[in-house]
Parts: sequence; structure tokens; C-alpha cells
Amino acid sequence: MQSQSQSQSTDSSVSSSEYPKLEGYLAEGFYDEVVCADSVARPDAVALVDLINRLPVGELNRRQRAIERSLYQMGITFTVYSDEQGTEKIMPFDIIPRIISASVWSDVELGLKQRIRALNRFLDDVYNERQIIKEGLIPARIVDSCPQYLPQCKGLKPPAGVWCHITGTDLVRDNEGAVFVLEDNLRCPSGVSYVLQNRAVMKKNFPRAFADSSVRPVNDYPARLYQMLRRMAPDLPNPTVVVLTPGVYNSAYYEHSFLAHQMGVELVEGRDLVVENDHVYMLTTDGRQQVDVIYRRVDDTFLDPEVFNKDSVLGVPGLMRAYRAGNVALANAPGTGVADDKVVYAFVPEMIRFYLGEEPILNNVPTYLCEREEDRSYVLAHLDELVVKAAGESGGYGILIGPHATDEQRAEFAEKIRENPRNYVAQPTLQLSRVPTMTGETLEGRHVDLRPYILCESADDVWVLPGGLTRVALKKGSLVVNSSQGGGSKDTWVVASPGQTVARP
Amino acid sequence: MLSRVAESVYWMSRQIERAENLARFLEVTLHLILDQPENLVDPWEPLVRVTGDEEFFKKKYGHPNQENVVNFLAFDEEYPNSMLTCLRAARENARGVREKLSSEAFEQINEFYLFVNEASRNESLDRTSQFFDQIRQQTLLWSGVLESTMAQDTAWHFANVGRMLERADKTSRILDVKYFNLLPSVEHVGTAVDDMQWSALLLAISGFEAYRRDYHEVSIPNVVGFFLFNRTFPRSVHRCVASAGWSLGEIDQASRKQTSSQSSKKVDALKHRLAFTQVEEVLAGGMHEFVDLLQLELNDIGNTLAEDYFQALIPA
Repeated sequence: MQSQSQSQSTDSSVSSSEYPKLEGYLAEGFYDEVVCADSVARPDAVALVDLINRLPVGELNRRQRAIERSLYQMGITFTVYSDEQGTEKIMPFDIIPRIISASVWSDVELGLKQRIRALNRFLDDVYNERQIIKEGLIPARIVDSCPQYLPQCKGLKPPAGVWCHITGTDLVRDNEGAVFVLEDNLRCPSGVSYVLQNRAVMKKNFPRAFADSSVRPVNDYPARLYQMLRRMAPDLPNPTVVVLTPGVYNSAYYEHSFLAHQMGVELVEGRDLVVENDHVYMLTTDGRQQVDVIYRRVDDTFLDPEVFNKDSVLGVPGLMRAYRAGNVALANAPGTGVADDKVVYAFVPEMIRFYLGEEPILNNVPTYLCEREEDRSYVLAHLDELVVKAAGESGGYGILIGPHATDEQRAEFAEKIRENPRNYVAQPTLQLSRVPTMTGETLEGRHVDLRPYILCESADDVWVLPGGLTRVALKKGSLVVNSSQGGGSKDTWVVASPGQTVARP
Repeated sequence: MLSRVAESVYWMSRQIERAENLARFLEVTLHLILDQPENLVDPWEPLVRVTGDEEFFKKKYGHPNQENVVNFLAFDEEYPNSMLTCLRAARENARGVREKLSSEAFEQINEFYLFVNEASRNESLDRTSQFFDQIRQQTLLWSGVLESTMAQDTAWHFANVGRMLERADKTSRILDVKYFNLLPSVEHVGTAVDDMQWSALLLAISGFEAYRRDYHEVSIPNVVGFFLFNRTFPRSVHRCVASAGWSLGEIDQASRKQTSSQSSKKVDALKHRLAFTQVEEVLAGGMHEFVDLLQLELNDIGNTLAEDYFQALIPA
């Protein structure tokens, strides 16, 4: 423990006596994003740590409660289970922000842009020419056996070669602070509304520390999103853009409504739309009105019962016909899930080399593919060290965290892996970085991840929101940050380099 | 606007107005019994009768008394028209059209619902005047928010139609309470007790002061006229119908339709009839019968409205 802390503080070389120490807080040998190993503030967190130290006892806690109350009143909730009580919870919010330095961010931004360019090339390739398979870089069986690979999308050529317009990549930092991509989330990633709301409440509650920390702004996200969406119908001077939601019982409904509201566009459900002569119309009090661009938050296979899941009542019969005919634009295109598969993930570095001729800027977490025999034997022999994931699952389900699991759980997973090796991958257990977090009256370190949001209009026009959703595992020692499993969120402060725009409190 | 959204906005607004009027029913009755006039008829049974849901009540609660009527109208989660269920439904509707409301409007509905929901779970709550005072504050806030934070666009007009049709219906029902009250004791008409009861009725629609300014003394024809035909008071039936008609006209205009919708024509017809009916005719023909007919017409307008705007465009 001791030697690790020592090496870290020299590593980050910011242990200067003029920086304040976060009183009563211990990094406990983990990489902490706010303080160094000796609990002294990192350079970008000086204003924040100063403020926390100066607050009277109990004040942080009071503000924490006040924020929770206001989130509840604003109705920023997600539905836990739908009954008549309308059981709703706010996404737990933690008052201590996560701070990311300008230099770390500039790598992240470049890396994400590179990655999304390669992933879009891959999607276009895999549904058309299949060069990457012909070159022998990815086995055809891996792609074809992926449940998210949709044969119905073969031959589609979305304009500008963009399949994935909106991405929410999950990143983590390890014990040395190195950044890794954990998942790409190319299918309707959610959470950006929390980024904007978290920022709004933080600005209200910590105006001074915020102003002193030169934080980059995030609130132009809806405007950027709208701009991108309307340009997806380049021939129309004033296209009708809508957000398509599964409806009020969807757990992310608040976000769908929030984004439609912020962009000033209609929020529609499948039942509000009809397709006629391969054009999409919405049913209004004045009759039918043509729809040109759909930001759809309905899953691929529910989009169109004519083509995909026949029982879907959330979708619009004929939507894919209209899409193929080029009469409506969809963001994201259907079929992007194939690049989201946890086995395909392992090949993303190869994609970057193959399509772009570049070396990956962001690391993948080393991944063992259980369908390879040698990998599988290694995984089965090291279940107590590894994190095992089901390839098709998301939301923190279907995961075994080896070091935290019981013998029975490990045995159960070993069985599943032997039964269906294609469906499992394993990765070393990363010691995720931590951020000070309110636990009752005191601050303790809790593990976090980061989901930045990327908007891709074309290969040359990729924008990364300077910020993102920091999810935090509120349970001591836990590595699971999903809100469905006891995770909360924090505001994310990306520090501006000289010359960059700074958010005003 | 989307038909589904228009329908949700319309019902959201109706449901809030309904909750508000239930609070008014209860509040006025609670005030009335505080004065404890000796020969006061049992005030709770008529309250149940005007809802039109006596059967449901009798089955579940038996004989009406203060406790069970307050519980029934305010907090009963099984009764689809209690304040709590109305507000819950209004909030569900609001959630479905949140992007069409101002943030303030949504937050006000949310807060209103949470307030009543918490009250329903609070056993020690004093369920008399203080609670209903707070409800009234909430509803006034809601009206203010609607007026001052929302553009008067099509969504607003649908909300207004919902609010006005519901209010017209409930004003007529508040008047009807008096009819049921009067039935067993016709000889009390004109006594001091009666004066108190009619005043309470005026208080229920916040019209006591406005009425006194116009007429000073309570007289049955004047009170009935005030409820039904007053041209300026915001809760009179005539005023509500006129306002609903105005909104429907604006909705038609916004959609650049050449002809008025059926519902718009029906509202105008009702408005004209109200404008040319005399109080004396109402009393001679029986007030309860008049009010009953009025409620049927209002329901018919509601159904026509749904055909005109909410359903007509869905392909078979």
C-alpha cells in the first residue's frame, strides 16, 4: 500500500506545498481524480478543495440534500417499476464533481474521434463489401453470429457513410490514471440529459468554485444535436425533425422529453406516425405532416414490425421502406449494434489500423475471447481475477466480477462459458479510479467511469461534448456504476486550455 | 400539433380542474358545518350524489359521513375521480407531453401531486380547512403558471378547452348540491340558514364577493343567475362555455380550416342558448333538470371534440 502511494505522488508530480490538502480524506492507494496520494489537491481541483475545506461542518450535506430535493421537484426521475404509485426515484446525484485536466481531455477527444471514424467505416463495410472480413482481420462467423448484426440492413448506404451519429462511449481510468475504452455504446446511448441537469444544479450551488476552475461548457449540446439532425436532410430548407420515444414508461423517457423540449421539436411515439407511399407522416390536429429526420430512441428490432420484431407496437410499420427509399433519415441507423458486441469490441484497434492506417490513441481493455480455445482455458483458470461479460448484455447485467464473486457464482459462469463460449469475453479487473463522494457526513473515495458523448455528422465533422456523464458506484468498494444497480452520477468538469471557451456560472 | 399530445393536454387540464373543484366541494361543506346551524340537513350525502357515483360509494363506504366522504373525494385510490387519482392521471398525461409544457407548468403539476400524495399517507394530517387552503393555493399557482409561462398556442388552447368544459360542468354541479340540500326542507327557503347555505355555495366558486358587489342580498334567482349566466365572473357556466368557444375558434384558425369544427359549432350553440335563457325559466322548469341537460350537452361537446381532433385522422 505505502509504496504504491509513494510512486503515484511522484508520478503525478504535483505534490506542491502550496496546494491545499483535502482534510480527513484518504486516497487509500487508489488513483483519485481530485487529489493525489497524499490527499493534496490536484492542480485543477485547488478551487474545489479549498471551498470544501472552508465550508462549515454539515454544509456540504445540507447542499447535497437541497439538490436532491430540487431534482425530485423538477421531476428528473426514472421509473423503477411502473405501478399506480408511480414509483420513481431520482438518479442519485453526488455533489462532488469529477475534474479532468485539459491535457488528458485532449487525448480523449482525439481518441474518440478516431474511434468513431473507424467504427462508422466498419459498419459501412460489414453491411456492404466486407473488406475487413475478406482481408482476414475479423472472422465472418464472429460478425454473423452476433445477435445485433441485422441481415435486413445489408446493402444500406446511409448518407456520408455515417451509421452512428450519436455515441456515448464508456471510458475508465485504471490505477495509474491511464484511460481505457470499456464499451462503445453505439445504440441510443442515454444519460446526456443528466449531464446538462447536473451541470445546472452545480452552477447554482457552487458558483464560486465553478468560476475559479475554468470549466468548459456543455449546454450547447441540444443546439449541436439539432444542427446535426437537420443537416441529415440536406436538400430541405426546413426539415421536420422529431424524437421517437417508446413512451412514458421507458426508463429514459425523461431524457427523450428533455431533448425534444430543448431542441423545440415534436416528441413522437410509434402510434403518432404512419407510412404512406414510403413517406413518414405524423398525425396532428391539422391532419398529416411529413417527417424528414427521426432521432429514434427505440431499439433496432422494435423500429418496424414489417421488417424486424413483428409484435412490436412501439415502432412504425413501413419505416424501413421509407428509410431505404431515402425519404426519411434515421439517427442512429439500424444495425449499429454489431459494432457494440463485446467480442467485436476486441477488434476495434484492428479496425483503426485497417481503415485509417493509424495507431489507436485510446486503449482497449485487454480482452480474452472465450471462443478461442487458449483464451478460454486461461479465463476458466483465472475466474477469480477476471471480469467476465456476456457479449450481448448491457446495463451491468450478465457480468461476473471475479474477485468479488462467490465460488458458486464463479462455477455458474464457468458452466455458461463452456456452454456458449461465443457469448463470453473476459478482461482483467481494473482498479477503477476514484473521486471523493458524500457518504453521510464525510467524504470517501468511490469508483467512477465516464461517458462522453460524440456527435458525428461526417468523417470530417465529429464533435465531442467537453464533459460527460460520470457515473459513480455509491457502494463502498463496488465497481458497478449502473443506475439500475446502485450507481449515481456526478458533474464532470473538463478544464479549459488557454483560449478555450469557459462556462459561466 | 400531434393528436395524441392534444388529447393529453386536454385531459391533463381537465383532471387538474376536476381535482380543484373536488377540493372546493369539500371545503365549502366543511365551512358550512363549522357554523353548526341546528336545522342543517346532512351535508355529506348530497356531496356524494352530485358526483353521480353514489353506487360506488355506498358499496364501499355505506352511510356518508365527514370522514368517509373526505376520504372518498380526496384520497380514494380506487375511485377514478378522486383528487388523488385525478392528479396522478394529470401528472401521467403531463409526463407524456412534458416538452409541450413550460418547465414551470410541469413542476407545478408535479408539486401539486406530490403534496396531495404525501397528505394521503399522512395519518396525522388535519384534513379540514388548512389542508384545503393549501390546495387552493396550489390551484391558483397552477392557473398563474398556465397564464404567465405558456405561449397561447394550440397546446394552450386545448388546455383551456379542457379546463373550461370541466369548470362549467362542476359549477353546475356545485349549484346542484343546493338542489339536493333543499329537497327535504323546502320550507327553509328564505330563512337565515338558507342565506348561509347560499353564501357558502357562492364561496365554493370564489364568487361571494363578486356576487355581493352586484346584488348585496342573497336571492335565489340572483344566485342561480350568477352561477349560470354571469357574463364576467370566471367560473360562471356562461363565461366558461364562451371561453371554450373562443379557444376552439383559435384552434380552427391556427389550422387554417375553412369551416368551423363540429365541436366549435356545438359550443357556440350552447353559448347562445345560455345567453338567451332567463333565470325564471330555469326555476320554473326545475333547476335540477336544467343542470342535468346542461351536463349532457357538455359531455356531447367533449365527445365531438375527440372525434374532431383526437381520433378522426387515425387510419382505420
